Amino acid sequence: MNWESITTQVDAVKSRGSDLQKRLRGLRHRLTLLLAVIGPGLITSNVDNDAGGISVYTQAGAKYGYALLWSLIPMTIALYVTEEMCARMGVITGKGLSDLIREEFGFRPTFFVMVTGFFVDLANVVAEFAGVAASMQIFGVSKYIAVPLAAALVWVLVLKGTYRQVEVIFLFACVLYLSYLFSAFLAKPDWLDAARHTIIPNLRFESGYLVMLMGLIGTTIAPWQFFYLQASFVEKKVGARQYRQARADVLVGSVSCMVIVFFIIVCTAATLYASGHRDITDAAQAAQALIPLAGRGAGILFAFGLLNASLFAASILPLSTAHVICEGLGFEAGIDHKFKEAPIFYWLYTILIVVGAGIVLLPHAPLWKILIFSQVGNGFWLPVVVIFILLLVNRRDLMGEYVNTLTFNVVAWVTAIAMIILSLVLAYTAVFQGTPTG
Amino acid sequence: MQIYATELMGAETYDALGHFVGRVREFFIEPADQPNRVSHFLLSRGRFQPLLARYNQVGAVAPGTLRLNCSERELALYTPNEAWLAVRKDLLDQQIIDTQGRKVVRVNDVDLTEQKTNGNVELRLTQVDVGLPGAVRRLLQGVVGPGLIRKLQNPLPQRTIRWEFVNLIEPDPLRRVKLRITHEKLEDLHPADLAEMMEELSAAERQGIIASLDEETAAAVLAELDERLTSQIVEKLDPEKAADILEEMAPDAAADVLADLPKETSEELLEEMPGHEASEVRGLMAFDESTAGGMMNTEFVFVGETSARDEVLQWMRTQELNVDQLDTIVLLDTDAKFSGTVSVARLLLADPEQRMSELKTEPLLGVPGDADERDVFELFDKYNLRMLTVTNREGRPIGTITVDDVVSRLVKR
Repeated sequence: MNWESITTQVDAVKSRGSDLQKRLRGLRHRLTLLLAVIGPGLITSNVDNDAGGISVYTQAGAKYGYALLWSLIPMTIALYVTEEMCARMGVITGKGLSDLIREEFGFRPTFFVMVTGFFVDLANVVAEFAGVAASMQIFGVSKYIAVPLAAALVWVLVLKGTYRQVEVIFLFACVLYLSYLFSAFLAKPDWLDAARHTIIPNLRFESGYLVMLMGLIGTTIAPWQFFYLQASFVEKKVGARQYRQARADVLVGSVSCMVIVFFIIVCTAATLYASGHRDITDAAQAAQALIPLAGRGAGILFAFGLLNASLFAASILPLSTAHVICEGLGFEAGIDHKFKEAPIFYWLYTILIVVGAGIVLLPHAPLWKILIFSQVGNGFWLPVVVIFILLLVNRRDLMGEYVNTLTFNVVAWVTAIAMIILSLVLAYTAVFQGTPTG
Repeated sequence: MQIYATELMGAETYDALGHFVGRVREFFIEPADQPNRVSHFLLSRGRFQPLLARYNQVGAVAPGTLRLNCSERELALYTPNEAWLAVRKDLLDQQIIDTQGRKVVRVNDVDLTEQKTNGNVELRLTQVDVGLPGAVRRLLQGVVGPGLIRKLQNPLPQRTIRWEFVNLIEPDPLRRVKLRITHEKLEDLHPADLAEMMEELSAAERQGIIASLDEETAAAVLAELDERLTSQIVEKLDPEKAADILEEMAPDAAADVLADLPKETSEELLEEMPGHEASEVRGLMAFDESTAGGMMNTEFVFVGETSARDEVLQWMRTQELNVDQLDTIVLLDTDAKFSGTVSVARLLLADPEQRMSELKTEPLLGVPGDADERDVFELFDKYNLRMLTVTNREGRPIGTITVDDVVSRLVKR
């Protein structure tokens, strides 16, 4: 072997090494870019699995076993498509959804969107605190202690923290949803059967089944989340250059949200459905029923998941609502401002928490009715919001080259129309038949 | 008499003979002619083409009605004009900058005053309403009568901004020229205030403002802005303009901006910058952001340690020195190595003949360029420093870190 060939070989090895290094560095670089953006999408989608949502998923699993699992895939697509539009608007225009509605549609439509939003969200906040009360009861804590404590915790968390700190806590809360994964494993389900039902659609034309299906969709895609998602991207100052990362964040969020739903349904299907406990009305009851079936650990984890979800949503919902109203009316908003700089924002936030928690504490509070009202409200409000989003995201003067593509528009409009129909039917059944769907 | 834009939108319009002409849909200001006079009214007539009434064709104005002093036949057909400011489209519900209150606010309504001239009535725009009264008018307009609305709004707290303090934000540069929107008033604001306001605007609006400011102000604003926004803006600027702005920035600030940009973009901008400035910035960019080198500024004042106090003062007077950097002077020994620092306060009190080496601050402190920023913070804290010298491997000073660099780093953490 001559000297020249040795040096070429050495060079080849060296360049391979540096190639690998380069690739590794590229990967690390991409990961840092993603981590800088990730957060809003993940948080928003997960907070969707709130107290009302978990109740519905629990019932779906308890009543129909694995039979509804197939709906999760189309729901993931619908969730992703609608959320992605908001993320894109936030990233490209740098403005919140209510800002854009105000600028493009004028004062009055904005005002009505905001007033409706306030009352619907208030009902949702009540539902979250009811979730806190129910889950803490399983741990043997009275609601008169648990709810005020939770309200105080939520209030302090957001008011005293910076956006960055709050986001970290919220991301941590997302991780806690994994408690449902563990309780699903403890329930020892038939994974093969579950997987089969996830892929193969199983549409039954029975009214109970259809109502449950609508309930699933209605609680998973909530209107307020769009405002929150867009505002978070704006507040995080994510720009057009990071659009791809923002989109990835939304995708990861929607998928992880649905994965959690999957585990909740699997867990309750393997235990409650299999043993005949099919008429569960809420998540706390399910947690209680799980203890003899899958062991104390599973029940506790389930209740803990509900507590986490309720607290999580209770901290985000009032925040998002205060944001929407202040942005639309032109008041200073955002947790990066001090109390003095944005008094109306902080007052709205406080009122939502105090009133929301207060209603749960009333001795004979009609919690069940409020829960229904919050779902019906979401159902009616959602189509309005989605149509506003679709009108805005197709405006070339706002979005430039980032307007919806035809495929995206088709998927989004189909989603919107399907949601309108389903919401109306859900509202109808909730009001006239009084079916408890959550 | 005062009248509000909301009360005029949808106003029924009659001609001199009392015939109904149409409803006011929009009205315009022609900034090239007069900055605050309503120049044209757009009258819509259902399925017919809309008409345009000039200001001198208006005889009387009241909430909900407009009377012309001419006949319908004298009115022109409406054709859009980019050089007119449309009150409903460009002003209502949009964000503006209140240059006096130094805030970004959203317009709820526009206040007008009547001015009678021979035979016609002119409307002058006096202030914009950003408070509750305007919101109430917008909400109730057309639902209840104007008299009742005025009664309801009276007890509400007023929040208005005089028209001369209103700075419109128009992202489109051509339209900005046509509408005579300048950002001179913004250049008088403190860059930090302007930066804070810009964070509330849309991406396109931010871009528009930076592009229209002079380079010096733009550089100062970009240095104050959130770094994520700064890199977004610089990336989208015309490269020549971006390079001019970066040149105006302190080298360390410019290096921070460039470090956040994609490699090709930052290379392109460095090519555009003059040679020695570019190489200075390049040198700074070689340091990791979280090291002493990543924090330091390369513009500092240095003199030989053997020179006398008066010599130094004489020399400094003849130089064009940046006053911000003149807090502390770096001393060099005969090998051009770092040998200490002298605070300007001590220099002031010293005797004319005293040598610089006698005025040195004790102890002798310096850090290498690759020192971790946490070590820098600790030194500042321990010795109550206002400035710290950064040296290279040969012990030569390459830059200084001042206390304001430390403060902004700590705030960011």
